[in-house]
Amino acid sequence: MDYFFVALFVGMAFALVGGGLAISYLVAPNRPNKVKSQPYECGEHTVGPSWVHFNVGYYLFALLFLVFDVEAAFLYPWALVFREFGLIALFEVGIFIVILLFALVYAWKKGVLEWV
Amino acid sequence: MNLSGANIDFTLLLPEISLAICGFAILLLGVTKRGKDFGFGLGLFGLIAALAFTVQQWGTLETGFFGMVTKDGFSSLYNIIFLLAGIISLLIAQTYLRAKKIDKPEYYALVLFSILGMMVMASSYDLIIIFIGLEIMSIPLYVLAGFHRFNPKSNEAGIKYFIIGAFASGFLLYGIALVYGAGATTDLRLIAANYHSMAQQAPLLLYAGVALILIGFGFKVGAVPFHMWAPDVYQGAPTPVTAFFSVGPKAAGFAALMRILDFGFDSMDEIQSVLWILAVLTMAVGNILALFQDNIKRMLAYSSIAHAGYILVALTVGGEGAVASGLYYLLGYTFFNLGAFAILTILDTRDGTDSRFSELTGMASRHPFLATLLAIFMFSLAGFPPTAGFFGKLYIFSGAVEGGFIWLAIIGVMTSFVSVYYYLRVVVACFFTKADHPFQQVAMNPYLALALIITAVGALGLGLFPSSWIDLSRQAFASFL
Repeated sequence: MDYFFVALFVGMAFALVGGGLAISYLVAPNRPNKVKSQPYECGEHTVGPSWVHFNVGYYLFALLFLVFDVEAAFLYPWALVFREFGLIALFEVGIFIVILLFALVYAWKKGVLEWV
Repeated sequence: MNLSGANIDFTLLLPEISLAICGFAILLLGVTKRGKDFGFGLGLFGLIAALAFTVQQWGTLETGFFGMVTKDGFSSLYNIIFLLAGIISLLIAQTYLRAKKIDKPEYYALVLFSILGMMVMASSYDLIIIFIGLEIMSIPLYVLAGFHRFNPKSNEAGIKYFIIGAFASGFLLYGIALVYGAGATTDLRLIAANYHSMAQQAPLLLYAGVALILIGFGFKVGAVPFHMWAPDVYQGAPTPVTAFFSVGPKAAGFAALMRILDFGFDSMDEIQSVLWILAVLTMAVGNILALFQDNIKRMLAYSSIAHAGYILVALTVGGEGAVASGLYYLLGYTFFNLGAFAILTILDTRDGTDSRFSELTGMASRHPFLATLLAIFMFSLAGFPPTAGFFGKLYIFSGAVEGGFIWLAIIGVMTSFVSVYYYLRVVVACFFTKADHPFQQVAMNPYLALALIITAVGALGLGLFPSSWIDLSRQAFASFL
């Protein structure tokens, strides 16, 4: 096993980031003022503190996204070996998708898909 | 790929499948208008069906799914422990949940999924499957700990358990990765067969991997110094969930530890001295800190840490006899600990209770039968004959003496003497303390009575016929030792 290239890669990663920071520290002029020190919010003025509650709905949508994400992640390797395994693979992936479908039906019936 | 050796046999998984089907049925019925009340019944049905299938599998030795699933006497006995714990904690749960207005069908589905994970954990020789089982078990448990959504303490318990649990899973997974790095396999059978060549080629990876695995499971079973989450989580979680916590995940952690340490890494001698230290620390810290608790749930949390210490003694000694006695102890512990928690749940069902010692005063005169049962469970936890607790400790400590671990046995017996004090405190509070205010009546129903009967019969029955049960535990081990 040759770890030299891994070490080289890690070293270059550090050098690149460290070098960039170092050069900007040495070269860039440092003249802060009040407007510059504000947090950047897409050019808008910041409104209120940043410790706010996010709508929990985003979180639920993220969870639902996970259902499909996991499904896709598993279907690719499954498709690769499907020919060799045959019907039993179809059956097993069927069970898997039905279980994920249960999750979707459950969430749907619970009203998660409606934005409030 | 060659499928001839795969043995894809779904009958092997019938217990797990019945739990999964019932769990999904509960969830899907739970979102319909009329299906909300089926949770308890379907949950109980699923657990009993799984128990029937498991008992039917008793005595078989079969592997399937490319060697990923192994059903042997060991997995059967453990699965019976998990299912019994599930049935008893379900029986005591409904009354409590209704009283606290959190009786949702999801509760029963989560318990079923969690037990499914435990059964997966106990039924494999492969570290990856053990890890997947652990996650299937843990994720529902995080939700269950925070099931009392409008109680801040319950929320705290859920978040705390989640963070610590995720942390522990990280350790475990890293350990598995290092072991894979040492031997290019996650199959414990191959690890056991090639142990010496692995230890020669990559000793550092192997030792670091096993250490990390041990830490991961140390968190799960609540061994000192990985125990600090237990008291807060046990106190904050709804009481029937605490009952389940104190038995289910602990037994599952020990199932995995026994397979990994007493089979996979049986040849690693250094592990014994590490386990020795863990066992002593766990027994001492658990028993001593339990002395200072005012809250019964917190006291029982420390007591369950101490009990994990006794089972660690059995693991330290190793070999068929010692580990079988550990398994016997776990089975007994399932009954008497759940019995104690069943009574605590019944008491907590009343309004305005916080499971403090002072709430027990006057119980004996108001509910003599319940108080007597509580005393029996406390005697069993403390290890008085003729209960299961006594014979469990007797077998474990005499096994330690036979195995040459005399100091371990002495420390164990001494710490268990300390434990008598705080168990008897409960009995004293029930029977001998003058009540300054009348004891608030508790409500009984057939389910609660059934749970109490099962646990009392189990705690006493295991104590009255210890030899036949220890033989059963030995049989369970014959499959891999």
